[in-house]
Amino acid sequence: MIRFLIRRIALAILVLWLVSVGVFALFFIGPGPNQVARVMAGRLATAARIAQIRHDLHLDQPIYLQYWHWLWNLLHGDLGYDYYQGQSVDSVIKLAAPITISLVIGAAIIWLVYGVLTGVLSAVKSRSLLDRGFTASALTFYSMPTFVLGFSLIWLLSYEGNSLFGGFFIAHEQWISFTSNPLGWARLLILPWITVALVTAATYTRLTRGSMLDVMGEDYIRTARSKGMRERRVILRHGLRAALTPVVTQAGLDIGASLGGVVITEQVFGLPGLGWTAVQAINQQDLPLIMGIVILASVFVVVANLVVDMLYAVLDPRARLN
Amino acid sequence: MSIISSAHGEAEAQPVTPAGGQPVGKKIEGRSPWRLAYERLRADRAAIISLVTIIVIVLCAVFAPVFASITGHPPNVQYVNTGENAAGGPVPPSSLFWLGTDSNGRDLLVRIVYGARISLEIGVLSTLLAVALGTILGLAAGFFGRVVDTIIARIVDVMLSIPFLLLALSLAYIVGPSVLVVTFIIGGFSWAAVARIVRGQVMTMREKEYIEAARALGAGPWRIMIIDLLPNVIAQVIVYASLLIPLAIVAEAGLSFLGVGVPAPTADWGEMISTAGGYYQYGYWWFLFFPSLALLLTTFAFNIFGDSVRDAFDPRGGQLFV
Repeated sequence: MIRFLIRRIALAILVLWLVSVGVFALFFIGPGPNQVARVMAGRLATAARIAQIRHDLHLDQPIYLQYWHWLWNLLHGDLGYDYYQGQSVDSVIKLAAPITISLVIGAAIIWLVYGVLTGVLSAVKSRSLLDRGFTASALTFYSMPTFVLGFSLIWLLSYEGNSLFGGFFIAHEQWISFTSNPLGWARLLILPWITVALVTAATYTRLTRGSMLDVMGEDYIRTARSKGMRERRVILRHGLRAALTPVVTQAGLDIGASLGGVVITEQVFGLPGLGWTAVQAINQQDLPLIMGIVILASVFVVVANLVVDMLYAVLDPRARLN
Repeated sequence: MSIISSAHGEAEAQPVTPAGGQPVGKKIEGRSPWRLAYERLRADRAAIISLVTIIVIVLCAVFAPVFASITGHPPNVQYVNTGENAAGGPVPPSSLFWLGTDSNGRDLLVRIVYGARISLEIGVLSTLLAVALGTILGLAAGFFGRVVDTIIARIVDVMLSIPFLLLALSLAYIVGPSVLVVTFIIGGFSWAAVARIVRGQVMTMREKEYIEAARALGAGPWRIMIIDLLPNVIAQVIVYASLLIPLAIVAEAGLSFLGVGVPAPTADWGEMISTAGGYYQYGYWWFLFFPSLALLLTTFAFNIFGDSVRDAFDPRGGQLFV
């Protein structure tokens, strides 16, 4: 177990390192350094001024030295300062992260509850009209690009349906934090939550359904039934419990990946979370900010992978051999 | 486990009557797995409907210039007088512009059929790239084992744990977006899952007797990989590929939506929807609705077809749709 853990952590660090080198290299291959200097110097800047800015931002140093500085600072918990406003990347991330976390956690609760519920109902009433309905709706939402669903919801509920719903659904408003106004926070997030949840829930409906169908065919389910146990108890206590393992795995991975920025949803709803901030940073070629968010996003994915693998190794000893 | 599965269920139960009117049940006919899959697919109503939809979309894309000549509106021409209202906004559907115009006074219908070209091109090409790369690397990793496997498996791990959208965004921004760049980015980020599936399959097959027999007959590694192993994984690869195409189409639309897709003025669904996002709340619903519908119809048809292909190869219902 310890060896397994050490190997996984070593691999995780390798992944993070490769990602950081890759992104850093990309910046210098591309128009990044020149673009930053030009934009900062303004339209009428002289070559000397541009050179001065490049020097001030250390962009004229050899790339390996710059990378080394960045890495050294990172190991000391310092992600640097963004090029344009000079804010620390830490503070920018601290501002954006709660928005993304609010979005992901809320959406995850909805997609898990909805996905597992529809999956169980589909499996229990397999091949019924209900099953087909859930499967069809799952495939519809699975096929729906996030921005199409997001715009549709805004259009149907917020603009066209505003009179119907008394203006309850809002979009494109100033961010409201949970601590300042929980109700406003939820109102602002309800449409993004539904958007992310519906697109993601499809996977869970299908996963739960398949897993439930497998489990309900096991011998111990027959035993439970033959003991005279009520069907509801058989399904919930014996069936669902065993069927949830792959669902938990998938949830871990999905939540990890989403925390790195629900890029498109944040863009559609104008929520200044990590994904939104990253898109801005990429358009401005703001390297410290790009590096900070990409590394953070990778950390989320890698940690989620690690946690899921460890859970697996605990639950199923065979997984340790791989 | 297909959506509208009644037809499918019957197909499994009914043996196909042999040609020539021989008494059923007397003649035992050997049918290859491919033939069985094909017959199941043919009897699946959802598969046929989705395939017809896909063919119609492909035909629209191929004959896009015909649409342009029938309406007399080339895709990139702005109709400042007839295609824009007094305020310079899009005009609604009419006999002149069947689906209305976009914010630049261009014919929306013509741009949508031209947009289909980009979507299908990138969707199919990037899937082919991903499948080719994934199959070759998966075969090599599974067959050779040892160092080759370790290296490829680690690369797969890295590929699966990087935040796709953020890196794809950075990459497309830096290299400068074009059809080829977007194809390579999407294909380059999606081969890892294929490689993982193929590797797993090959690892279980490697120890089988027929591989040993091939070795004993003096077959070299390449011969074994291509003649003996490849045909046994190809069904799984095809199934995965058919589910990868809609994902690639959505990914392409997503990149365009975020502004790093195929450059303007090329008609592209993601770009159209993104632009429409700034207009639909002012009553220009058609500008958002029709491109969204085109995109949704395409991904939906491909997903249902892919799902049916999966069912046809493995009627018990696999776990690929996750």
